[in-house]
Amino acid sequence: MSEPFLELVDISKSYPGVVALDHVSLQVSPGEVIALIGENGAGKSTLMRVLGGVVEPSGGVIRVDGTARGSLTVADAIKAGIAFVHQELNLFDNLDVAGNVFIGREPVHGGPLRLIDRKRMYADVAPLLERLGCDFAADAPLAELSLAQRQLVEIMKALSLDARLVIMDEPTSSLTLAETDRLMRTVAGLKAHGVSIIFITHRLNEVMQCADRAVVLRDGRVVGALTRAELSPAAMIRLMIGRDLKSLYVPPAAPPGDSVLDIVDAVTDTYPGRAVSLSVRRGEILGLAGLVGSGRTELARAVFGIDPLRDGAIILDGEPIRIASPRAAIEQGIYLVPEDRKGAGLLLDVSITENISLPDLASYMRFWLVDTARENDNAVRQRERLKIRAPDVRTAVGSLSGGNQQKVVLAKWLSMRPKVLIVDEPTRGVDVGAKQEIYGMLRRLTDAGVAILMISSDMEEVIGVSDRLAVMHEGAISGFLDRSQFSEHNVLQLAVGHTIEAEGP
Amino acid sequence: MSKKDLSLLVLILVVGTVVALINPRFLFVGNLSNTANQIGLFGIFSIAEAFIIIIGGIELSVGSVIALLGVLFIDLIVNHDVNWVVALAMIVAAGLVIGLVHGALVTRMRIQPFVVTLCGLLIYRGAARYYTEDATAGFGFGASFPTLEWLAAGRTNVLGFPLPHSVVALAVVAVIAWVVLHRSVFGRYLFAVGKNEEAARYSGIRTNRVIVSAYVICGGLTAFSAILIAMYTRSISPAVHGSFYELYAIAAAVLGGCSLRGGEGSIVGVVLGTVLLQVLQNLVNLLGIPSSLNFAVMGTVILAGVLGDQYLVQRRHRVGAAKDRVQASVAAAPFERVKVE
Repeated sequence: MSEPFLELVDISKSYPGVVALDHVSLQVSPGEVIALIGENGAGKSTLMRVLGGVVEPSGGVIRVDGTARGSLTVADAIKAGIAFVHQELNLFDNLDVAGNVFIGREPVHGGPLRLIDRKRMYADVAPLLERLGCDFAADAPLAELSLAQRQLVEIMKALSLDARLVIMDEPTSSLTLAETDRLMRTVAGLKAHGVSIIFITHRLNEVMQCADRAVVLRDGRVVGALTRAELSPAAMIRLMIGRDLKSLYVPPAAPPGDSVLDIVDAVTDTYPGRAVSLSVRRGEILGLAGLVGSGRTELARAVFGIDPLRDGAIILDGEPIRIASPRAAIEQGIYLVPEDRKGAGLLLDVSITENISLPDLASYMRFWLVDTARENDNAVRQRERLKIRAPDVRTAVGSLSGGNQQKVVLAKWLSMRPKVLIVDEPTRGVDVGAKQEIYGMLRRLTDAGVAILMISSDMEEVIGVSDRLAVMHEGAISGFLDRSQFSEHNVLQLAVGHTIEAEGP
Repeated sequence: MSKKDLSLLVLILVVGTVVALINPRFLFVGNLSNTANQIGLFGIFSIAEAFIIIIGGIELSVGSVIALLGVLFIDLIVNHDVNWVVALAMIVAAGLVIGLVHGALVTRMRIQPFVVTLCGLLIYRGAARYYTEDATAGFGFGASFPTLEWLAAGRTNVLGFPLPHSVVALAVVAVIAWVVLHRSVFGRYLFAVGKNEEAARYSGIRTNRVIVSAYVICGGLTAFSAILIAMYTRSISPAVHGSFYELYAIAAAVLGGCSLRGGEGSIVGVVLGTVLLQVLQNLVNLLGIPSSLNFAVMGTVILAGVLGDQYLVQRRHRVGAAKDRVQASVAAAPFERVKVE
C-alpha cells in the first residue's frame, strides 16, 4: 500500500466533564476504504469533525502530506482534499444538481456582472454524472431526487473539489437494499480512482462488504483495528464492547406489578411496515435500547400523542385508550420527557416556576387567574426534592446547566400524578453528579408505583439502570432481555438486528 | 412596571417636555384632550394587535377591518334603522368571525399569518369600497343618536378636564387585557405558545386553540374600536379610512416591548407605545413641521428607540458574560486543585 497522505497522531479532545477523544491515531492512504465503527457516543463524529476542521483538538498532531499542524480549519480541510457526505445532507432542494455541486464557487462570466456561467457549469458536471453512473440529469431539480440520488450529488460535489478523502457518516441508514448496493459499487469505483473513504456505519455486513480495514472506537479511544483478513461481525462486536460498566443498579423495593402500559402492534409513520409491541409494568424501569434512528423516539412521540399512531393500540391499565394529542396523554397520566430538551421540553427564557406549572396550570387556577403563591410554593418544593441548583425559582431555565434543566423538565411531571413516565435520553448532556440524582429519582418513582419507559443510547445507562430491556432495530423490537441476560454484547447484537440465540456468546 | 416600560415612560416625558417648552400650546387643555382622544382610539386596536404579536403572529388587516366594519355600522343604524345596541352587537360579532376565519386559516390550513392577513387587508378594503360604491358613508342630515354619540365620542368633565370617553374605553380594555395576559392561565398559554410552540404542545397545551382565540380576541377588539372611530369621524370615505392603522398598531406594540418573534410584550408597554406615537403626531403639528413629514418623524423615532434598546440589551449581555466568566473561573478552581493533588 502506498504512503499515507493523512495522519492523525494522538488526537485528544475534551469537553468540560467529558473526554470525547483520547489519543486517537489514524492513518489514511490513497485508495483505502476504512470503516470506522463504535457505539453511539464512542467519538466517531467528534473525530470526523476534527478532520473537517470544525472541532479543534485539545492535543495531538494532524499531518497532511507530511506537514504537521495542531488543528485544521474548514478551508485547510477542503484544501487537503477532505470532503464530507453528511448524514443530514447539506444540499439545497431549491436548486438543480449542477447548482448544488458548484454552490459557493459557481463559474462566472460577464465581467463585473458576475453572472453564472450555466453552460460551463453543466459541462463540468457531465463527466461526474457519467463517472458515478447517475441516472439523472445535471439540470434535474434536487427536490425531485431520491435520498440515494442526493447522496450521489454530495459525492459529485466532493469529487469536483478534487477530494482525496471522502468521509461518509452513516450513508446507508436511510437507503433501501438496492440503493445500498449501488452505493457500495460507487465506493468501489472511487477506490479504484485512488480516492480514500472513511465509512462510518452501524451495519457490520457493509463493513464486511467494502472495507479494507476497520478501526474500532470506544469511549474516545481506538480499541482495535482489524485488517481485511481479520474482519468478522463477531470480532467487531467483541472490540466494540468489553468495558467494565460501573454498577449503577439499584433494585426496586418490590417486584414489578401488573402491566400498566401495553403498546400493541404500534406502527409509526417512520417505519410503516413494522409494528412494535411491548408492555411496561408497575414499578419497573423498562429500558428501550437501540441505535440512533431505530424508531424509539418516534414510538415515544406516537404514544404521547405528538404524532398520530398509524396502526395498533395503546392499553392503559387494561383499558384501550385513544391518544390524539399530548393533552389526551397527559390527562391519562402518560408523560414524556422529550429528547430535545431545549426545543420541546422547556421555555428557556421563562422562570423555573412557570416552566414547572405549565402542563398543570389549570390546577393552580382560581377564578381563571393563576394562584402565583401556590405555584411558587410548588416550585420551591420541587427544587428541594430534585435538588435543582439555581439561585432562585424565578431564574430563567436557560441559564441553568444541562442537568438542572433536565431536573426542571422532570419537576413538571413529578408535580402531577404520573402513571407512565417516558424518558427519552434522560441524561444526555447531563453531568455525572446530576445523572446519579436523576437515576435515584427514577427509582423512587417506580417504588411509588410509576411505570417508566427509558429510551437511551448510553450503554452504561441502559444496562445499569433498567430492570428489563427491550431493544429496537429498524422500527421493530428485536428482542427483550431480563437482567440476568444483560450484557453489552447481547444489547449490541440485538441493536444491529442479530438474534442472541443464533450468535450467542 | 418593567424596566422597558419605565424607560418608555421617561422617553414620553422627555419628548413631552421638549414640545411643551417649544410650544406651550401642547399643554392647553383642548390639545391634551384631543391627544388623549386619539390615544384612546388607537390604543384599543393596538392592544388587539399585541395579542397576535405575543403569540408570534401578525395581523395586517386591522385598518381595512376598521373601514369595512365602520361603514357597515353606520349603514346599519342610519339606512336600515337597526337599533344601535343591536348594530353594535352585530358588528362586534362580525369582528369575532373575521378573527375566527383568520385563526382557522393560520392553524388548520397552515398559511402564514402575514399572508392570511395581507389578503384580509386587500379584501376588506375592497369590500368596503364596493359596498358604498366608493362614496362617503356618514350620518345624513338630521340623523341623530344622542346616547350613542355621547357614549362613544363624548367627553365628561373630570376636575376641569374634558375626559374623552374613548380614553375610558381604553382604560377598561387595558385593565381587562392586562389581567388576561399577565395574570390568567390563558395569558400564560399565549406567552408559552409565542415563546416555543413545540414545548407548549409537549406540555399539553392545545396550541391551535390558543392561536385561534388570540385572533378572535383581536377581531372583537378591532370591531369595537371600529365603532368608536366611526362615531368620532362621523363620516367614512372607505378608500382611506383607517389606512395604515395596522402599522400604527404594530409600531405601538414594538415600541412597547413586544417582540415580533413572539412570546414577549406587556399591555402597559403597548399603551405607552400608543401614547408616544400620538405625542409625536402632535409634535409634528405643534412644531410647524410640514405634516408631509409626519411618517418620517415617526419612523425615525421608532428606529432610534429600537436601536437604543438593542444597545442596552447588548451592553447588559456583555456585562453579564463578564460576570459569568469571573464566576466560572472561581467555580472551576476547586476541581483544578483536585487534579493537581
